[in-house]
Parts: sequence; structure tokens; C-alpha cells
Amino acid sequence: MAKKENSTITWDTFSEGLWRNNPVFVMLLGMCPVLAVTNSAINALAMGLATTFVLLASGTLISLLRHSIPKQVRIATYIVIIATFVTIVDYTIQAISLDLYNALGAFIQLIVVNCMILGRAEAYASRNRPLKAVVNALGMGIGFTFALLCLGVVREILGAGSLFGFDLFGPRFEPWVVMVLPAGGFLVLGAWLLLFEWLKQRKERTELEPAAETR
Amino acid sequence: MSTPEAEVIKPPTPAGPMIRTLMGIAMLSGFLVVLTYQLTKPMIEENQRRAIEAAVFQVIPGAVARKDFVINETGIVAVTPENPAKGLLVYAGYDSEGQLKGIAAKAAAQGYADMIYLLYGYDPVCQCIRGIKVLKLAETPGLGDKIITDPNFVANVDALETRLADDGKTLANEIVTVKHGTKQHPWEIDAISGATISSKAVGKALNQSAQHLLPGLAPHLKKMMEERFIKIEVEVTND
Repeated sequence: MAKKENSTITWDTFSEGLWRNNPVFVMLLGMCPVLAVTNSAINALAMGLATTFVLLASGTLISLLRHSIPKQVRIATYIVIIATFVTIVDYTIQAISLDLYNALGAFIQLIVVNCMILGRAEAYASRNRPLKAVVNALGMGIGFTFALLCLGVVREILGAGSLFGFDLFGPRFEPWVVMVLPAGGFLVLGAWLLLFEWLKQRKERTELEPAAETR
Repeated sequence: MSTPEAEVIKPPTPAGPMIRTLMGIAMLSGFLVVLTYQLTKPMIEENQRRAIEAAVFQVIPGAVARKDFVINETGIVAVTPENPAKGLLVYAGYDSEGQLKGIAAKAAAQGYADMIYLLYGYDPVCQCIRGIKVLKLAETPGLGDKIITDPNFVANVDALETRLADDGKTLANEIVTVKHGTKQHPWEIDAISGATISSKAVGKALNQSAQHLLPGLAPHLKKMMEERFIKIEVEVTND
């Protein structure tokens, strides 16, 4: 995935996760929380931020230790590091709001096995300088949060008629309940993937056309 | 992605660094987790206390103060940090004058997706349940969670009769959930159409808990009402 061996930090280091390699819409990683906790915008935001924190903290530590972790035990080490930060997030969310903690349920603990985080640790943090790893992790985290919000906002508006808990349409709106159910997660994800793929192909076409004309 | 050619020439890593790395990481991890646990513990406990308090005050209308009791073989015992007695935990709610307004207790039953956990408030004056608060549920959003949001369903427990039978050992009438629109008696719960299983779970949880709790509670209620009235008043004047 990451071809760059040089240590310069470019805009692409940051924006890779936002757009070109968005963890949800392009790499399709971490689908478990993406589908499970995006039934409301606030859950999506909280999950996105929690994952971003774990991504940043574990990326930094793994990048710092990258020369002293023997290759044979790297996965075990990464998982312990990630699990540590997930536990920290778990306690912190409990300390901030029990309601939010109950809404996110087991999915906070499940950040440990979010393949995006381990994937980033293996493919990026363990091969790059800490600062570069942090910038990339921040981009990935924001990209993940953005994707979760994309789903959460649509699902909450359609499925509950509200946004961040504020009623949008008044009592006469009949919520489209399927949207907050698991099936709605797949439907909305599919719709977003369709949109992004369409945008990508359109962009490719417009890039190709001038090239073909000059030939 | 990786460069396998370069790795072939490398000598194998001895066991020492591997063990050192894993031990170091484990120690660092342990330190960070324990540190966070210690730092957040008071906040989490405060959150839990507030959540319980808010729930108790919600199910016992008019309550502004709470005291915990347990019911066990020896009778009803006040729970204090110095005396963490074991038994069935109930929360007593008192109004601003120190008058006992009701007893809140937990109840649970299997719902559609998972267990539904409730807190309900028993009013000894009307011998009825005055309110419920769902503590935890995993029911289908939009269907099963109507047991929280549906105003008609919530109205079921405004005064749900839980009078004891003459022998004082069981409820005079079992709390039952009936089909939507067929509620006739004050001890019946009108089910939500489309969320029958969740509605039934509420009825079952309340019935089980009330059958278990109220006969044991009844002999102590009178004493509790008188006792607390005096004690709270003393506390209030002290303040």
C-alpha cells in the first residue's frame, strides 16, 4: 500500500486516508464497527474518535519502537499495544458518559481487532518515522470518522428522523426503521460505495479523455 | 510490500530480544492500563451513582433523596459503605420532607434480542408500581425499544396494581401483559403491537420481581416509613 520509503511528509501522507485509501470506502477495512454502531450520528462520531485515538497512539508507539521489535513477535507486540490503548479509551468513555458507553456496547473493546489499526501498524507505522506515522494515522482516523459519519448521519435521519438527537421532521414523520437496523447499515454502505465508485470512474474518464485526444 | 531477499541473509533473531520486547511491552501495557483505571475510577463510580440516582428518582415520583437497603434472612438492612450487607438490593426514595415515597428495585427478563433490565418504583401507599426505567436493552430499534418511548405503554405503569393477596405471600393478581387494546384491569399491561415479546418481557420481569420482593418487604414497610421520616428530618435540620 505505502510505497514511500523516503521520510518526507507530503500532503498525500495525510490525505491518503481521507480519500485515496479511505479505510472504509476504498480499503473496506473495519466493517464490523462501520455497520454496527452507525445507527446514530453521535455513536458514529464517538466510535470514529475512539478509533482515531487508538490509531494515533498505537501508531506513534509502534513507530518509536520499530527498530527494537523483532520481526517474529511483532504481531503479538502490536496487538498488546493496541489493546492497551483500547482499554484506556474504554475507561475514558465510561468516565465521560455511561450512556454513550452503553450505546457503543462491546464495539469499543472490539476496536482491538479492527483490522484497519493492525493493518496500519504493520504496513505504515512499523516502516516510517513517528511524525510521518502520526500524520498518516491522523488522516486515516479522520477518514474513518468521516466514513462512519457518512453512514451514521444518513441512517439517523432516515431511520429516526433526527440528527445528533435533534428532531428534524416533527412528530408526523414516520421513521424508516430499517435504516437503523443491521440491514440499513448494508444498504447505506452500499449506496455510499456506489457513489464513491461512480465519482472515481468519472474522474478517471475525464483524466483519460484529454490524453486520448492528444494522441 | 516487504523485501524478502534482504531478510534471507539476516541471522536468526536470538530468543533474548524477543522475550525482552514482549516483557517490556507487557509491563508498559500493564502500567498504562492500571494508571488509567485508577485515574478514571472515581469518575466512573460517580457516573454510576448519578445514573442510579437519576433512575431511582425517575421511577419514584417526588423522590429527592435515596438510601440503599438489602433484604435478606435477617430482615431489611440499610447499606452503608461501612456495612455492605448482602441480599436483595432495593433503593428507597424520600421526598424533601424525608417521607418515604417508594421503593425501587431491579427486575430482568428475557426480551427479543437479549435480557431486558429494568428498575421499577413501588409505591407502598397505592400498592402499585409508579414507573419503570429501562436500564439496559438490546431490542430492535423502532420496535422493541418502544417500551421506553411509547407513551401509551409507559402509561401502563403509572399505577400498575401490585396489591398483595390476603395471605401476604403472593400478589393478589399476577402482573400480565395482554394483547394490545384488551387491557381491562389495573394489573394488566397493554402490549405494544409489533413489540409483543418486549412488552411481555416487561410484564414478566415486573411480575417475577414483585412476587419475590413485595411479600418480603411488606412487613418492614411501616417501620421504614416511620423510621426514615425522623432520621431524614434530623439530617435536614443539621444542614
